[in-house]
Amino acid sequence: MREPAGLEFSGVGRAFAVAGRHRQVLTGIDLTVAPGEVIALLGPSGCGKSTLLRLAAGLDAPSAGTVSVDGRPVRGIEPRCAVVFQEPRLLPWRTLFRNVAYGLPRGVTGEPARQEVEHWLRVVGLDAFAQHRPRQLSGGMAQRAALARALARRPGVLLLDEPFAALDALTRLRMQDLLAEVQREAGTTVLLVTHDADEALHLADRIVLLGSGSDAGSGPGSGSGSDDPEAGSVVRLVLPIPGARPRDRGDTTLAELRASLLSELGVNVHGRIQA
Amino acid sequence: MSLTEERTATAAPQKSAPSRVGLRAIGVVLPLLLLGVWQLLATAGVYSPAQLPPPAEVASAFGDLVARGELWHHIAISTQRVLIGFAAGAALGLALGGLVGLSRTANAALSPTVQAIRAVPSLAWVPLLLLWLGVGETPKIVLVAIGAFFPVYTTVSAALSHVDPHLTEVGRAYGRSGLPLVATILFPAATPAILSGLRLGLAQGWLFLVAAELIASSMGLGFLLIDSQNTGRTDVMLLAIVLLAALGKLTDTFLGFAETRLQTARR
Ligand SMILES: Nc1ncnc2c1ncn2[C@@H]1O[C@H](COP(=O)(O)OP(=O)(O)OP(=O)(O)O)[C@@H](O)[C@H]1O
Ligand SMILES: [Mg+2]
Repeated sequence: MREPAGLEFSGVGRAFAVAGRHRQVLTGIDLTVAPGEVIALLGPSGCGKSTLLRLAAGLDAPSAGTVSVDGRPVRGIEPRCAVVFQEPRLLPWRTLFRNVAYGLPRGVTGEPARQEVEHWLRVVGLDAFAQHRPRQLSGGMAQRAALARALARRPGVLLLDEPFAALDALTRLRMQDLLAEVQREAGTTVLLVTHDADEALHLADRIVLLGSGSDAGSGPGSGSGSDDPEAGSVVRLVLPIPGARPRDRGDTTLAELRASLLSELGVNVHGRIQA
Repeated sequence: MSLTEERTATAAPQKSAPSRVGLRAIGVVLPLLLLGVWQLLATAGVYSPAQLPPPAEVASAFGDLVARGELWHHIAISTQRVLIGFAAGAALGLALGGLVGLSRTANAALSPTVQAIRAVPSLAWVPLLLLWLGVGETPKIVLVAIGAFFPVYTTVSAALSHVDPHLTEVGRAYGRSGLPLVATILFPAATPAILSGLRLGLAQGWLFLVAAELIASSMGLGFLLIDSQNTGRTDVMLLAIVLLAALGKLTDTFLGFAETRLQTARR
């Protein structure tokens, strides 16, 4: 396994020109992720979470500021990062084995490659399915294969864009445990985009909340309200989570954090019975 | 082919579904029926024997031509023209279609011209080809190549430019660009469409072959066709048509076989 890498965003902005109109999505994002740290990225839909992740992967370039991995700026596809998308995106014409092998870094071939692929298939519990085709798998299995493909790249930073969002609740919990386990074993730095506050609280060292900057901190319900479309999203809040990972899902101190997190996200929790 | 297979697969648990062999056998029923109708029409006096000779007469014409050693010659030369012309046209279609499908610049530069050339009806090429290339083998092969080129070109360029952008992004995210991206993502994703383009190209190759041989030829099945018209041999004419159908089907079966092999390998 490659050493976990640090990830740094400094003054990162990204604007798109949509139908000739300038649209600022991200503005002045400053964030330093330590090697081996797990960051959960939360924010309302369309606030630019995926965009930030794509900038880290080198799939997109910032219009302002720099993204760097271990101090070196990202230019083009970043070999020290690996991405898992919301959908598994396996190559349907390849077996599972060859799909995972697709993630191997350039230069890893022959016997070491075979061992590496088998190792990651075992880690995600799919070693019995090596010769299966993606269409023969369930959604959860396919997403596990996608995770194995990313891990086979031996990434310094693992970038996950809502990887479990399309899965059923039980499979999602299992996948979260698997991710926590893999992360502990490999020590990889993880940037996890999610909509799920519980997932973030369970897995992350810190939660980073993206959102419009103009009304930061003005209370519940404001998150989705007076968005200034011209301004772009900023880091609204960085929330360190107490306690060592993996955390107990029933922890009571997390329940309070959860409530404040949800209110930041614009969900009214006061009228609800809390579990 | 895959369609019928899927149908059997889904139908299998219900009632007594026809087996695969059974489904194949159904395909033979219609030709036999047509043969029966042909025989009936020919003997019932609806058409004169000069207009529609019965199947037996066509069979004996077949025997005659085989005995005189002519038939193999016609078949061989036609098949050769199609295969060489198809290989050339398909190769060019793959190359140019690939270029246009992969590069927006190439698409903008080449697409309008190719579309315009495509609009020219096949027969319009014949006089020009004869003028430029003489009366030998070359003009026929070139015409077949022209015929095979366009379906291949069109399907390949369309398939490559419509590859799921999600998969292309996976390729990029995992460090593939340029040729490796084409080889690992774009081409495999487009392969099924490319194969059906090749089949279309082959069929159109046979079409253009007959056009070439009807007009300027002293050998081949197209020549046999026009020659039989001149000599009033309707039996030979029908024989040539039946042979063209059989050969077209045979060569298509080979490509279809490759297609099925590929699909089952991918399943
Ligand atoms: N290539 C692009 N061209 C134009 N606009 C884009 C592009 N990519 C993203 N955007 C815009 O940027 C904004 C943020 O998109 P992004 O996908 O990053 O949001 P998100 O936070 O991931 O949302 P979600 O939670 O729904 O996935 C959206 O308004 C989107 O329309
Ligand atoms: Mg997103």
